[in-house]
This record gives sequence, C-alpha cells and structure tokens, in this order.
Amino acid sequence: MSVTAFLTDSTLCIGCKACEVACKEWNQVPADGFDFRALSYDNTGSLGHSTWRHVKFVENGAVPGFGGNASEVFSWGFSSDVCKHCANAGCLEACPTGAIVRTEFGGVYVQPDICNGCGYCVVSCPFGVVERRPADGRAFKCTFCYDRQKDGLAPACATACPTESIKFGEIAHLREVARKRVRELADKGFDDVNLYDPTDTSVGGIHAFFIVRGDPKTYNLPPKPEVPTTYLKKGWISAGVAAAAAVAGVLLAFSGSADR
Amino acid sequence: MSLSPERETRELRLRQIRSEAQMRVAAGSNLPPAPQEETYLGNGDRPTRDFQPAASASPQTGYYGMPLLKTPAWTWEVPIYFFVGGAAGMAAMLASVGALSGADRRMVRDARWLAAIGGALSPPLLIADLGVPRRFLHMLRVFKVQSPMSVGAWTLLTFSSSAAAATVLSELGLRKIVPRIPVLTNIAEIGAALSGLVLSTYTGVLVGATAIPAWNERISLVPIHFAASGLNTAVSILELKGHTSSALNKIGIGVAAVETAAGASLELGKKPGTEPLHHGPTGWTMRIAGILSGPVPLALRLLSLISTSRREKLRRAAGISSIAGSLLTRFAWIYAGRASSKDPKVPLQLPGPASPDAKQIPADK
Repeated sequence: MSVTAFLTDSTLCIGCKACEVACKEWNQVPADGFDFRALSYDNTGSLGHSTWRHVKFVENGAVPGFGGNASEVFSWGFSSDVCKHCANAGCLEACPTGAIVRTEFGGVYVQPDICNGCGYCVVSCPFGVVERRPADGRAFKCTFCYDRQKDGLAPACATACPTESIKFGEIAHLREVARKRVRELADKGFDDVNLYDPTDTSVGGIHAFFIVRGDPKTYNLPPKPEVPTTYLKKGWISAGVAAAAAVAGVLLAFSGSADR
Repeated sequence: MSLSPERETRELRLRQIRSEAQMRVAAGSNLPPAPQEETYLGNGDRPTRDFQPAASASPQTGYYGMPLLKTPAWTWEVPIYFFVGGAAGMAAMLASVGALSGADRRMVRDARWLAAIGGALSPPLLIADLGVPRRFLHMLRVFKVQSPMSVGAWTLLTFSSSAAAATVLSELGLRKIVPRIPVLTNIAEIGAALSGLVLSTYTGVLVGATAIPAWNERISLVPIHFAASGLNTAVSILELKGHTSSALNKIGIGVAAVETAAGASLELGKKPGTEPLHHGPTGWTMRIAGILSGPVPLALRLLSLISTSRREKLRRAAGISSIAGSLLTRFAWIYAGRASSKDPKVPLQLPGPASPDAKQIPADK
C-alpha cells in the first residue's frame, strides 16, 4: 500500500465548509453546538473531538491589490485545517493501550474499540488536534477516512471539496504538486506563499501539508512542533538521579543514627 | 471496487454536498437557507470563552488568539493519585532500606502498611480518571517503553501487588499464623521498593514529556520535585503515627532542603513557557505549596534539634505542613499545565507577553 497524504491549498479555498459537512456526515461526528464566537465567520474555533476538518477564516485587511482586490475591500484567507498525521506522532507514541496505530496508508488512527480515554494523547499532540469527548469518554480525531481508503476511495473532505483545494494522493507525488504550485504562484507575483511541512523538527514531516499565504502562524500552524518523546531522556535521567539520591539519603540517615 | 447500496447512497451524498457548494458559489451567495424550525443545540461541551480572543488573525496573535494546544482532560483524581502513589512508593523504599539498616521494627512495619494502603488506593484513583473506566485493563494490552503512561500502568500493577504481598507475608509471619518464608517476603519487599521508586518519580516524566510548555520546559525538575514530595509525605505520616527516631528527622531535613531548592529553582528559573508556574492563581498555589513543604518544615525540624521540651510538637507541625504542601504541589503542577495549554504564545513563538501579569518576562527573541 502506498503512503497517502492531504495537500490543503488555501489559495484555492473559498470557505464553503463543504469539507466540514462531508466529514461530519460520513463519519457521523456529533454536532459542536451553536456557539457564537464573533471571530470572523468562524464559530467553531479549532479542531477537536467533534471537528475533524475546520475551515479557518483570516481577514487580511484592505491591502490594495492583495488577493486581486480593490483597495477598499479586505481580502480573505481560508484554510481547511485537519489532523497532520505526523511521521513521528506524539499521540501514537503516548498511547498506553495501543489504541492509536499507524495504518497501511501512513495515517494515524485511533481505534475506538480499544481507547480507554486516559487522555495522554491529548497532552502529547503538538498541534492540539486529538481531544477527549466528555459525553463519550474516548479520544477522537480525523481517521484519514481509513474506511474509505480501504475501499480505494478518497477521504470524504477531499471528495466533497468543490475547488480541489483539498487534494489527496500519494505523499511523494503530492509534495511535488505542492512545490510546483508554490513556484507557479510565485511566477504570478504571489511572493508570500508558503508550504507548511515541518520536516526539520522531531515531528519528521507531516502527512497533511498546507499551502498558505503569509506566515503560517496566522493559521495557528506552529513553527517548530516537537514530538514530546524528545523530552523523555532528560526526564528519565532526572528520575534516576532522584531515586538514587533518595535511597542514598535514607540509607545514610538510618545507618548514621544511633536512634533509628 | 463495488460498493454496497448503503455505501453507494452515502457516496452520492458527498457529491451532493460538493455540487451544493458549487451552486452557492455560482449564485454568489454563501448563506445557508433559514432554518425551518428551532434547532438550538446548546453549547455542547465546548467552553465558549476559555481564552483571551485577539481582534484578528496575524503572525503576532496567531489565529484570533485561540489556544493551539488542547487542555489536559485530567481532573482532581490525577493530582491525588500523584500524592498517594508518591508517598506509598517512597514508604516501600523506607521499609526496605530501614529493614536492611536495622531501623526500628515498628517503624518498618508501619512503612510497609503505608505502602500497601497507598498501593491499594492508587489504582481506583487512576481508573476513576479514565474516560472509559471499565476498559482499564486495556492498559495491560501492550508495554510501550516510549510511553510514560504505559510504563506507569505496569509499574503501578507491580507495586500494588508486591507491596500488598510484602505486607501480608510479613504480617502472617509476625503473627505466627504461618511460618515465615524469608525468601518470598524479601522478593516482595525488594519488588515493592524498586517499583515504588519508579512510581514516585515516573509521574514527573509523565507530565514533563508532553507538548505542554510549562511542563516540558521543566522536565528535569519535575521528577526530582515529585520524588522529594513523596519522601517528605511518607516520613511525615510515619512521624505523625508516633515514630520519633532522629533518623526520620534527618531524612525530613534532607527532603525539606531539596524542596526549598526546587522552590527556588521554580522561582528563579523563568522561561517563556513557565509563566503559570510563577504567575496568577497557579503560580501562587505553587509558591504556597513550596513554602509549606520546603522552608517551613526545614526551620521547624532544625528548631526541634535545639529545643528538647517542644521537640515532638515541632516535628508534628513540620509533618502536617509537609503533607499539606506536598498535596498542594501536585495540584499546582496539574493546574499550571492547564493554564499553560491555553496560551498559544510559546508553541507559536509569538512575540510579547500573553497576560498583563507576565510583564517581567522579556519578549522571547
């Protein structure tokens, strides 16, 4: 089986949220509730246990010519966020039950029949994607439509996207498509286009990369996501030192006192 | 690939969503039709305002100031478990080392009981915090050395059973119900002591090896802080039980000194992500906890060395202060992590202070 990936090209996104609707319908994800946030046209906020695709609405202000707009009209940036399916996934490493697995398509999948809701994946995700659903107790996130991929189909969001902003395919091929697209846009004069694919951190690259205009931080994409297992060595050394010191101290106190 | 009729219908629905979106774009309107009836779903379980919203999305504010990380799902059971497990683990070590170095047998016996009781209370606390408690045995499906949660589950299993076995075997021997079997008792006791040491320290690695900045930036300190806290609690409980050997006071002085140093390190070692450890409600909880378990018992114990008339009282006061401080320490660490998760400034490397009370920290450049 080939390793698959998402390429979300925000320069093609029109903010229609068809991906959110398709994801909810296909995966039978519960409602988020009506929650008025007054943050642009986004009342969902972020990915979570009941939001596996989330369209971010960025208002860029009135910049003449930006996005091909007239000077008095502000321009939009839309980007459909999704689980990054990291090459070194913090949630997968942290899971104590083996509920979180790597699929044959390279995706990171939470097996709902195994998860016991310990919540350790929640604090181990450097992108803040996976979340425990209070009403259910288990952790949920994007499945990369594992069921659809098994049937040779593209994920629901990519199938429903009307502008092909969400592309799905073989990872090496999509990386090439992404690079070409960035070059193509640069040739057209869009010199602020970035490909978000953090391969230089301990996460080791992601299986869902993004093309965004401007700084990826604007879309809450962290510049240096780290897989928390990188902290383990320091932690266990400290634990070992603490344990040895405790034994030595207690031994010294007992053997050095006449009154034990 | 042929699909079942049911799958076919659902597949068709995805095409329908796509063409509906395309039609709306063509019509120049992205507005949904007015709802036919009242379909208010409520806020669900999503808190409306658990962060400071920013006016815009920008490289300076991130996405409208929304938190990047998810808030830890852990509730009060977890800090209580850290407290109980930490004290029990260190009590098992005290019992073993005490027995080895010829300490008071009654003290060793009480330490053993303390370990067994703590080992019995810990699993229910941990299970209660699970989202699906009846699936707690799923923890034992696999052993993953790279997951501190997995290491912890197996450690707790080893500790609870060996601490219970050590107590039962030695009690049976002491009461001459069955003849003493030194080999078995010793194996159980050594097992309890070794797994107890892991139990008292792994919790520091557990919180440290996460994406939460306030935790991972202090990963070298947390295991030491938790180990000292556990030993402090175990010694204090034994003293309150009536054991007044000078050896226990010496251990108490040692851990109180370590706790004082840990508190100073927290106070002085300011990093961009550690704000919740010294600012706001979580910072003050940490500060009060540090004073109660560090300088206060240290001073009281040192005084007890001089004063002969009030020795017992001073040591009892030191014990009570230490126990309260240690319990508060666990809560402070967990709640500081919750506060830290809501601040997108560190994981997004945003400039400037996130909250008004964080002005002492220079902008991270």
